[in-house]
Amino acid sequence: MKTSLSRLLTLLSILLFIPLWELIVRVSDLPKFILPSPLDVWTRFIKALNDGSLLFHTSITFVEVLLGLLAGTLFATIVGYMLAKSRTLEKILSPYLVASQAIPIVAIAPLLVIWLGDGILSKVVICALIVFFPVLVNTIVGVRAVSIPLYDLMNSLRATRLQILFKLEIPASLPVLLGGLRIGATLSVIGAIVGELVDAEQGLGFLLQLGDFQYDTSMVFVAVFMLIALALILYGMVTLLERKFIK
Amino acid sequence: MRKSMLSNPALVVKDLSVNFRDNHSTIHALENISFNVQAREFVCFLGPSGSGKTTLLRVIANLIQPTSGAVEFTFDHQPKIGMVFQQPNLMAWRSVLENIKLPLELENVDKDIANQKANELIQLVGLKGFENSLPRDLSGGMAQRVGIARALIHDPDLLLLDEPFASLDAITRERMWMELSNICQAKQKTVVMVTHSINESLFLADRVLVLTQRPGKIKLDVEVNLPRPRQEEMRYTNQFGELAKKLRSAIE
Repeated sequence: MKTSLSRLLTLLSILLFIPLWELIVRVSDLPKFILPSPLDVWTRFIKALNDGSLLFHTSITFVEVLLGLLAGTLFATIVGYMLAKSRTLEKILSPYLVASQAIPIVAIAPLLVIWLGDGILSKVVICALIVFFPVLVNTIVGVRAVSIPLYDLMNSLRATRLQILFKLEIPASLPVLLGGLRIGATLSVIGAIVGELVDAEQGLGFLLQLGDFQYDTSMVFVAVFMLIALALILYGMVTLLERKFIK
Repeated sequence: MRKSMLSNPALVVKDLSVNFRDNHSTIHALENISFNVQAREFVCFLGPSGSGKTTLLRVIANLIQPTSGAVEFTFDHQPKIGMVFQQPNLMAWRSVLENIKLPLELENVDKDIANQKANELIQLVGLKGFENSLPRDLSGGMAQRVGIARALIHDPDLLLLDEPFASLDAITRERMWMELSNICQAKQKTVVMVTHSINESLFLADRVLVLTQRPGKIKLDVEVNLPRPRQEEMRYTNQFGELAKKLRSAIE
């Protein structure tokens, strides 16, 4: 009863957004290239959908985001696990890790595009970099928080290193790990767009820039809404993982 | 039946010493401890906190290495150990059944056999109906019972109990003594338990060894020749009283 009511409220707030937008357009009387109406955006959306360009560019960005998230998460969990296990390694690597976070990704994105080209690869790497740190930190925190008496239990039962990893460390740190993935998922979308805005021939960032150059503001809106949809899909995927694995 | 007179030791501990290095000083936890534990004997170590009782169990369980001396088992195979900790020490993400099955999983035992054994133990420790509960939904006594079942499921050669009932209330604790006593009788286990409760040691053990304050040494080695099965009323007998007095005066 209560959940259906809260769902209704969410739906209502989304539904109210469109008339409010329409109202602002009419009252302010701004030209279409500054603030298009919901109907303008919808028409543009249908047009881009029909000529195939929207799905093409969205899927490019989606692939970049997903590959970047995957690569960044994989790399970050492996490095994070090693850092959690070795204080020495942490002392050696931590200055670089902290320094890497002091550099805004926007500042090194052009470099990466110069080095890796304007194709998908440079964007995947940017996504992976932006995802890396939050997942790394959560992995370290999660693995360090595993209860020491449980290690004693596993050792008293002569568990192997791999058994300790799969039966204790991974399940015990999974909630914190998935928390990191949740942050990483939304950041990854930002990474892809930053990369595409620097230089790209395809992707939602490219579409965004194209719309901007051509005063096709409706197109910019369409691209932004597609980005939101991407982020929501990724967020939903992480939530599904949490529901599946966390009791 | 003075079991320790028989020469069939399951566990031989020789000249065991354990030191811990702090930043600057060395802590002597145990010093020159020697004793035997017979097969199927229930031995209890009694001592004040800081007497190195837990350290002793951890050395026997091979969780820490002794500074000198040795722990020897007389089995023809690597001894299997079942350990019960001060806290239930359960995996929060596993159900009661899954927690109990853990030792068998680590031995790659067939799933059906594991389920069957786990269900038998659930019955034995009185947790029927809670198979699928998570640890957070259990009371302290129930959680500790899961810990005991988990320590028994892989049919260990040696059961190590580290103040398993210290965190329970008095009534639950005494009920657990009865249960543990019955289980050990039924399963014929070799047990080493540490505790600081005189009553607990006399209720459960065949033999009680008293440890001194740090560095822990064996001060007294007493046979508990009270009849089994031990009953609640036994505590008001002269025999029990004398043993308790003897142990009490040995503890500093």
